[in-house]
Amino acid sequence: MHSLKNISIAGENSLIVYFGDARTQIISESIASEIAATAAQLRTSLGTQLIDLVASYASLLVIYDPFKTDHHAVRAAIRRALADPIDTDVSQSGALVTLPVYYSAESGPDLQTLADNAGLSIEEVISIHQQSEYRVYAIGFAPGFAYLGELDPRIAAPRLATPRQKVPRGAVAIADRQTAVYPAESPGGWNLIGLCPALMFDPSAEPSMPVQVGDRVRFNAIDRETYLGMGGLL
Amino acid sequence: MTINSGFKVIQSGIFSLIEDAGRFGQHGIGLTTGGPLDREAFRWANRLCGDQQTAAAIEITVGGLVLESTVNTTIAVTGATIPLSINQQSRALWQSHQVKVGDRIELGFASSGSRGYFAVAGGFTINPIFNSAATVPREALGGLHRDGTALQAGDFIPCSESLSAPQQRVPDSHRPDYSSNSTVLRVVLGYQQQAFSHISKQLFFSSEYKVTESSDRMGFRLKGPGIKSTLDGILSEGICLGAIQVPADGQPIVLLNDRQTIGGYPKLGSVLSLDIGKLAQLLPGGILRFEAISIEQAHNLLLLDQQRFADTVLEQVGLDE
Repeated sequence: MHSLKNISIAGENSLIVYFGDARTQIISESIASEIAATAAQLRTSLGTQLIDLVASYASLLVIYDPFKTDHHAVRAAIRRALADPIDTDVSQSGALVTLPVYYSAESGPDLQTLADNAGLSIEEVISIHQQSEYRVYAIGFAPGFAYLGELDPRIAAPRLATPRQKVPRGAVAIADRQTAVYPAESPGGWNLIGLCPALMFDPSAEPSMPVQVGDRVRFNAIDRETYLGMGGLL
Repeated sequence: MTINSGFKVIQSGIFSLIEDAGRFGQHGIGLTTGGPLDREAFRWANRLCGDQQTAAAIEITVGGLVLESTVNTTIAVTGATIPLSINQQSRALWQSHQVKVGDRIELGFASSGSRGYFAVAGGFTINPIFNSAATVPREALGGLHRDGTALQAGDFIPCSESLSAPQQRVPDSHRPDYSSNSTVLRVVLGYQQQAFSHISKQLFFSSEYKVTESSDRMGFRLKGPGIKSTLDGILSEGICLGAIQVPADGQPIVLLNDRQTIGGYPKLGSVLSLDIGKLAQLLPGGILRFEAISIEQAHNLLLLDQQRFADTVLEQVGLDE
């Protein structure tokens, strides 16, 4: 199934493709996999004319080399990519990556408050967080920061009124209907519910991230001992 | 090349960063591009040192860098008007100079403009990370130690020896003048521009904006007549170089080399890359105006600029200069 699309100019060497109705701005798995498929096609068809792509929730930014091509030719390549049918089995598109999480009051300082506000027990919050399969909708904010959605509305929570100065690397967090793992220590305003011992960004590894946009992620609870055994820090 | 050839950092100055042309093709893992804010001045500095448009050089913000050479080579400094001396002898900017082992190279502080570029023949030898030497402090990536740190006193920046070369300079007609601390930025309309009313756009393109103190390598925050879009926010989307983002307070932000790769504020379009350097040379309080151009004009301007750069013949400098 194809969504509505609209190609707009972004800058002197960039076009942005909007998927779905730009006014309603729906987040959906089918749009995410359409974007991933379009990105893959453009990588092949544009080759060295392509400088980079930024896939996000409902858009794809296409940055091209203006000394090798122009916006007319890139528009044509985008239209061709969009016209190609994509695999309709959305639920199976993208790789499935499982991330271990040590959920606890010790590793997730906002777990209790989040549970209280949601009218749930801590155990229920942990269980609901693991029940969904999430889609990687965007990567940005910081190297390796993957926005995962959509979170079960029962455990959705607004950002903290006062962001923390320091969120540890590996913090598993919730903001609205999104969840994420902080790839490095940084300031942050998301609700922290646990710690993941896997590195979300490792410049010395190939690939440097375990996920890419369009992949699917599941979380799997581990205990304190396993977390420490996997190299996790407390 | 011996491992000992290079430059010792005696004083780091205000903020001095190793930058090459930038880190490209890594937006997929959330990495920004980095690279020189004033690409024009950067590539002239490199051109003066040889046929090297993208080699790693030093971006000096405001000044204060003092180096000691442990190599015989050619250097050049371009960009902001920063007093340059070699062994306490004043030397011209926008011109190549021979340095030898033991020479002390001192940069004072900018009297106009704010970013200088120090290039060396063959470029500095920097171990790249994600295919680039560009320093991005916010990402803790790149530069001399590959960890995003700015240059510090005690650092040693390696480079190769190079044979002495005739002194050359950039023709006056190609040297920008930053002394007015004001500029005009050409803009390609795009992104959510239709969500800005005709009146908002007229106001934007007919008003003066001021550079605020909250301006850095991520973006320049401006102050002037507020403009409004009909959108509160948008789903986060890819941000290109020079994108003009307008948050709810209506005060535009021009996003530069170290920008976040995605963001959720409405955008009016993007500043032409050829004008980004002019913006980056402004000091807080600097005045700017915007002028709309079409994508076709932008494309032509880029091609013309490339041709003009390629066609420019550097002037030979007599020994007594």
